[in-house]
Amino acid sequence: MDAILLQILNGIDKGSAYALIALGLTLIFGTLGVVNFTHGALFMIGAFVAVTVGKVLDISKITIDPSRVDFLGNPAKIRTPYVTEWFGDFGLWLIEWSVLVSVVVAIPVMILIGIIMERGLIRHFYSRPHADQILVTFGLAIVLQNIIKAIFGANPIPQSAPDLLQGSVDFGVWVGMAENAVVYPLWRLVYFVFSMVLIGGVFAFLRFTTFGMVVRAGMADRETVGLLGINIDRRFTIMFGVAAAVAGLAGVMYTPISPPNYPMGMDFLVLSFVVVVVGGMGSLPGAVLAGFLLGIIESFASMPLIKDSIAAIGLPSIDQIIIYLVAVIVLLVRPRGLMGKAGMMEE
Amino acid sequence: MTLMRDRTLLIIFTLFVLAAPLIFAPTGAAYPDLLQRFAIYGIFAIGFNILFGLTGYLSFGHAAFLGVGSYSAVWMFKLLSMNILPALLLSVVMAGIFALLIGYISLRRSGIYFSILTLALAQMSYVLAYSVLTPLTNGETGLQLRLDDPRILDAAGPEGFLPSTNLFGLEMKEVFWNPTVFGYDLQFNWGYYVSAVMLILSFWISIRIFRSPFGLMLRAIKTNQTRLNYTGVNSRPYTLAAFVISGMFAGLAGGLLASMDPLAGAERMQWTVGGEVVLMVVLGGMGTLIGPVLGAIFIKYFENIFSKINEVVLQGWFSFLPDWLSNFLVTIVSPFVGRGWGLTLGALFMIVVIFLPGGLVDGARRIMRKITGADRRAAKARNE
Repeated sequence: MDAILLQILNGIDKGSAYALIALGLTLIFGTLGVVNFTHGALFMIGAFVAVTVGKVLDISKITIDPSRVDFLGNPAKIRTPYVTEWFGDFGLWLIEWSVLVSVVVAIPVMILIGIIMERGLIRHFYSRPHADQILVTFGLAIVLQNIIKAIFGANPIPQSAPDLLQGSVDFGVWVGMAENAVVYPLWRLVYFVFSMVLIGGVFAFLRFTTFGMVVRAGMADRETVGLLGINIDRRFTIMFGVAAAVAGLAGVMYTPISPPNYPMGMDFLVLSFVVVVVGGMGSLPGAVLAGFLLGIIESFASMPLIKDSIAAIGLPSIDQIIIYLVAVIVLLVRPRGLMGKAGMMEE
Repeated sequence: MTLMRDRTLLIIFTLFVLAAPLIFAPTGAAYPDLLQRFAIYGIFAIGFNILFGLTGYLSFGHAAFLGVGSYSAVWMFKLLSMNILPALLLSVVMAGIFALLIGYISLRRSGIYFSILTLALAQMSYVLAYSVLTPLTNGETGLQLRLDDPRILDAAGPEGFLPSTNLFGLEMKEVFWNPTVFGYDLQFNWGYYVSAVMLILSFWISIRIFRSPFGLMLRAIKTNQTRLNYTGVNSRPYTLAAFVISGMFAGLAGGLLASMDPLAGAERMQWTVGGEVVLMVVLGGMGTLIGPVLGAIFIKYFENIFSKINEVVLQGWFSFLPDWLSNFLVTIVSPFVGRGWGLTLGALFMIVVIFLPGGLVDGARRIMRKITGADRRAAKARNE
């Protein structure tokens, strides 16, 4: 029982990332009908917003303290970050919680990037074939990746979670199990909760606001909404920004889990596409469901017990390819995906 | 008319490919290693164009076939003989079987689904090559020749030396003629000429497919598949055939890569390699005969040139300018060269997709029309 719970927990943090990226992909796809190969790069840019914020907060004034010497005998240099000099304890708090600061910074930045992308580039591709849309967003992804590589270098840059949220929790005790049965890193739990809040927020936004209602109407029948005198293009542009922000926030919060480097987006992109296809293209709940499902399945396949039993019947281990296998099977059995609607991109 | 033009094109192409060591000499690209890459990636792109250019099915998974080709060839070198002929045969056959399998699954869907499926399947093959299939692929180290390999057809060579790949005794690495023409040191190398013959052969096959009823059917699929289906044609066998053919070309390219340098690694199967061949075909001009080869040469040539440029070289170029201006230019240009080649490639690719969807070939055509004034004459004819 505890082993199963642990595997589910192990699956949900990756599953959360898949779900968030797939949600953004589906939003863009459902509103604008564009398959966005840049979405992985947006996830990566979000992560690097966190890196940048961390660096900016860490800009320090260096004062020389002649009363102390370091081991070489030179006067000791004391680095005081400017934020602590200006704000005192609040500055220390800011540095400590830089991930949260990054979240706040990332929202406007990512929305802006998304809107610029849509207005500046993707808008001109609506009337072009889908292959062209894929190609141009693929090209943009390469460009963004290489810009990040030129600025931040090729090595992963480790980021840390706030002290309070580091370490592990004894999750098993919370659900009434023995002590130390299920110990789980706290930050991954935070990531899961954060992604649930974000997903809930996006769904609530679409469901309960007038803006969201119009967007949903536009997804169902764009032309009619346009004929009613509503500027649907502008709303879709904003939705592109929202989708970019969702991917970016997923990236920001992912930095303490794995140190960001420039190809991280591409790795997630391929899997997120698989998630979107399994969930059913154009279905938002499908994307979220498939994201968590595939994350958990992946985690189960790497469970020692299951690995051993697969090896016992003579099959090679499948934990690394299980996601692709599931995708292939789903598409063969249910070509539209788990929750896909008929007629989505089937021409 | 078309027949005549194709024949002329083929003859010009053949002459160009055979004389490449001479033609590329002034550009500094005429060393065997790079020329071989031109030819091999040219084959890869020609094959990809048969699928993407004719049917419009955009596959991101062709790197898998390149990898399968390489692995098969190296296994042949290990087990049978260092002669590249059986190796190439096995590469093509294995890649064909593999393409049949992947194509059968992914061609059940079209459009974007197809692209994503090929992407996922290729990535799966890559992961497989890394993990599960390690006994076959040697995992991260890559598959290499060893001294104790059986090589049952080959006579035992000198003790302690790895044999080199050959075609009935012509060693791939050997430079068989090394003349000096116009002060350039030319290197004529067997490896390049084997690849070149394969390239010419591939080009010829591609012409034949383009002009055949089969090719016409593939074009019909691209133009309007629904209408084709309504006329009672089942289009899937045609797309599957195109997919397998292009996979076999990729396998041939992979086998040739292994023949020039007998090792195979999983990184050849990564989907970004499959993305590169997409770049080549689109850059050169999809759906044209010569475009893919031009794209392959273009990308491989500039990749080679650009990655050699560093800040010192740049400073040399701009040294005639005032200091502040040259420093400024070096700062601007340096992210795009050296290790930043990827940035240039991505930007270039975007520019081509946005402004010149027909690729370089289309660009050349437009310029030719501007020069000869064909546009104006056509417009005039229409007015009259």
